[in-house]
Amino acid sequence: MAETLDQLFVLAKHALVDSTPAAWRPWVSSILSIAAMIMAFATLFALTTILERKGLGRIQNRLGPNRVGPFGLLQPLADGVKSLTKEDLVPRSADRVLHFLAPLVLVIPVFLALAVVPVGRNMVAVDLDAGILFFFAVGAATELSVFMAGWSSRNKYSVLGAMRAVSQMISYEIPLILSALPVVMITGSLSTVQIVERQAVFTGLLPSWNVLTPWGLAAFLLFLIAGTAEANRCPFDLPEGESEIIAGYYTEYSGFKFALFFLGEYIGLFAMSGLAITLFLGGWSAPLAALAFIPGYVWFFGKLLALIFLFIWVRGTLPRLRMDQLMNFAWKFMLPMSLMTILSAGAWHLMSPTPGVPLSSAEAVTHSAGGTIARWLVCGFLVAAPYILLGRYLTEGRNVGPRTYRYAD
Amino acid sequence: MMHPAFLIIALLIVAGATAAMRLRNLIHCALALTCALGGVGLLYLLLGAQFVGFAQFLVYIGAVSILIVFAILLTHGMDGGGDTLFSRGRALGWGLSLVVFAVLGGAVMSSRMLPEGSTEPLASTPAVRQIGDLLMTRYILPLEIMGLLLTAALIGAVLLAMKSGASAMPHTQPGGKAATQPGRDGQ
Repeated sequence: MAETLDQLFVLAKHALVDSTPAAWRPWVSSILSIAAMIMAFATLFALTTILERKGLGRIQNRLGPNRVGPFGLLQPLADGVKSLTKEDLVPRSADRVLHFLAPLVLVIPVFLALAVVPVGRNMVAVDLDAGILFFFAVGAATELSVFMAGWSSRNKYSVLGAMRAVSQMISYEIPLILSALPVVMITGSLSTVQIVERQAVFTGLLPSWNVLTPWGLAAFLLFLIAGTAEANRCPFDLPEGESEIIAGYYTEYSGFKFALFFLGEYIGLFAMSGLAITLFLGGWSAPLAALAFIPGYVWFFGKLLALIFLFIWVRGTLPRLRMDQLMNFAWKFMLPMSLMTILSAGAWHLMSPTPGVPLSSAEAVTHSAGGTIARWLVCGFLVAAPYILLGRYLTEGRNVGPRTYRYAD
Repeated sequence: MMHPAFLIIALLIVAGATAAMRLRNLIHCALALTCALGGVGLLYLLLGAQFVGFAQFLVYIGAVSILIVFAILLTHGMDGGGDTLFSRGRALGWGLSLVVFAVLGGAVMSSRMLPEGSTEPLASTPAVRQIGDLLMTRYILPLEIMGLLLTAALIGAVLLAMKSGASAMPHTQPGGKAATQPGRDGQ
């Protein structure tokens, strides 16, 4: 029963594909996968916009949207109609072709990136051997889109926003990819499906998720921070800081093109969160063996919503960084720390009971207690020591305590 | 016969490369060049070389094109230049392109062709793993040398950037620490 429920969508797709003529089957199969992905994530996008506005409202002690439908739940619908019926303004001196292309160059790659994220057992649009590489390769196009949007608008704010965005994205892409690397090293594969399957086995009570190791926890936090910066979300939202440069690279966008940018940002956030879940949080696997009867897609989307909640919470809590703080943080903290997680993962691999064997089979071997403790200590030290030293060094001579206000009290 | 996908990709590459030469606006040229480079990546994918194809996207679209665009913006300002590159040194250009074409043509003609019948693509499953294994065993020395070279370049770039900015930074002076600048953190 649980098995059928878990594979419900896979079975339904197979039944649908089998009912068509044999010549159509590859096409029908692809189209069904794509349609399901787009539907699911577009619905999630609509849900997230309302969740974000409600959540931010809650944090800022106000109600948030509550006029359309019960509790304002139909607000995304109203927003959609509004953005579709608004006039599409293009500045007279803008570069019309690039201005038109920029939202498309953003939206298409982020949807492509979703294709390699497994949302359930056997539920991935394409299982590529170089899945992780594919994810980052298509993600590279978003930087170009941001630049195209900013430059083609012929607006100083837009160009400033685009330059900020591109330099930020390039700086944080390095720690992002480097913090995904330990998982690839330990798993010995670039395929997202294999990475999840390796984490979906239970050792004792706990699952063998990567986040439950010293290097995994550090890499997960680094990945989340870099992913936030990559998605241009608060506190890394300098490129679109309303109070400084209006809306950055999409100052000159209106109507449906703006909605496309909005969609692209959120889908990019989902893709990034989905990859974080795949790499560190065990993808569709249950946190406890006793809970494995709940279908995998429920776990995946549950984890996704939890991460989205975290992003909303962070947005409501943290103030925006300055440009120099942003760059210093990327190059002086994120980069060395991500290199250290790689070192720690290497030590983790060498100190495993059977270092030569591919880890998927080595994990089944029972560890000796002393060896496990030594492994944890060494790997934890390799992450914690540089964290403390870097923190000391970077905050040296700075007043990092609570601020004192001379006149406000 | 020519594969239809190959035809489309080849057209994309040629059109992108031509546009990169002929367009008047330098930013447009850079974006057209990106288009051509992306087409080359697609060509790798068509040939079943997943790793090389994705690496091409990651490096050329993600980094090199942005680098070119930044260079144009920093040297020409926002307008992105005016004149096309077609004016001067036409003879030299023809000569260079002929030499490059001859070298590439010679390399293609002298390479060993697979027989026409065996169009079956190589299985891509072991390819990524094989590249990884070879990089870590047989080609470890070139890999390390390249890493060293890139690190040296990185440090050199940092040194260049530091030299120009060092005198303007307030926190490098021993006495006047960041305390004199209330708005800044000094780092």
